Amino acid sequence: MFEGLINFVDGVSSADNTHKPSKKKVKKYHHHEKTITERLEDDVLNQKSDSFDKFYSVVAIIMAIIIIGSLLFTVSFLPSFGDPTNPANNIVSEKYIVEGVKDTHAINLVAGMILDYRAFDTLGESTVLFIAASAVIILLFANKTKKEHEAEEKEEQKYENKNDPILRHGALLIVPAILVYGIYVVLNGHISPGGGFSGGAIMGAAIILYNLAFGDKSTSEFFSFKIYKRIIISALMFYAISKSYSFYTGANQIHSIIPKGVPGNILSSGLILPLNICVGIVVCCTMFGFYSLFDREEI
Amino acid sequence: MVQGLFTNYYETTAMIVFGIGFATLLLNKNIIKKIIGFNFMDTAIYLFLASKGYITGRLAPISFEGMNPTFENYINPIPAGLVLTGIVVSVSFSAFFLALAIRLYKAYNTLDLNEIIRLKNMEAEEE
Repeated sequence: MFEGLINFVDGVSSADNTHKPSKKKVKKYHHHEKTITERLEDDVLNQKSDSFDKFYSVVAIIMAIIIIGSLLFTVSFLPSFGDPTNPANNIVSEKYIVEGVKDTHAINLVAGMILDYRAFDTLGESTVLFIAASAVIILLFANKTKKEHEAEEKEEQKYENKNDPILRHGALLIVPAILVYGIYVVLNGHISPGGGFSGGAIMGAAIILYNLAFGDKSTSEFFSFKIYKRIIISALMFYAISKSYSFYTGANQIHSIIPKGVPGNILSSGLILPLNICVGIVVCCTMFGFYSLFDREEI
Repeated sequence: MVQGLFTNYYETTAMIVFGIGFATLLLNKNIIKKIIGFNFMDTAIYLFLASKGYITGRLAPISFEGMNPTFENYINPIPAGLVLTGIVVSVSFSAFFLALAIRLYKAYNTLDLNEIIRLKNMEAEEE
């Protein structure tokens, strides 16, 4: 099953070659900036489309004003800002606040809510990120040959100095600190503000900075496409399996073997810590994947 | 009515930003600017949700009383979870839209929608 999933992503990325626009098509269209005389001719000849443009923009502005007006009209009838008796602060939020720590053993009530009560929702979120990364891979991944690689590298060296000492030394100082901070935010997700999503984004930023300073070659030593696939799929699978177990035992009132621990300790609150780590890994990989795909069309 | 707008000033701001984003989405011909307008609308929704969860004088929902937190000390935690979901979906969709924009640029060498429609019509006429 595991290999099958990896092969599936492999197949998706390699099937892309057939759908790529052929080079002929690219040559066919040549957009160029119009000169003033050409613009004048366009304006004279295309008066019909010009009047349509004007009509369109006027209708668009009127529609936007109508939408703002109706929304503001609704806002003026909303209960006042910051009032504890608002209907939004009902029995649901009271249940989450009063019984949250007893049920989940997580001090951070939001983390307890999104990773325990509503953990399948968060699984959906991580899956959305994974699917978005897969879609971007389908759209942008270019299976380059070695020759194309070398040609591109030569082209790049003309424009940027890869051996910039200030950037390199600065990155050498900052990258470990950012990484450690990201790991701290992920590991303390259940006892302080933060969690998998924010910590993962911080870690992804650290890897992007490393890539900017030291180039693609040294990054691909520890983060290639193969490693990306393995890490992200195993994190998602672990999330799904462990949470299914927890829901199965919880719903059928079977004794769960996962210890809850003392609230406030790092090793506490049952599954929330491992799930936070999984989400952090998925977010980190996706962030770097997006950057890498947009920058050089591969991971 | 104006009184209500001034007491709910966070919500008012959110709705105005939403309208600006919607106008940006409609008025610009450039695809990247359309995506920027889309992100404006997302941000307005986060501001609206966050302001609906806030209660004056209460703290963020991180229990400082250990096992038995009292309801009267914390703000509503549910909008925080909703905003989290919104941010994730918005990031994913922005990346997907931008990837599509890159593919369009590769095919037509322009990001202007009018220009793309013109080139498409030219192609149809040639055939």
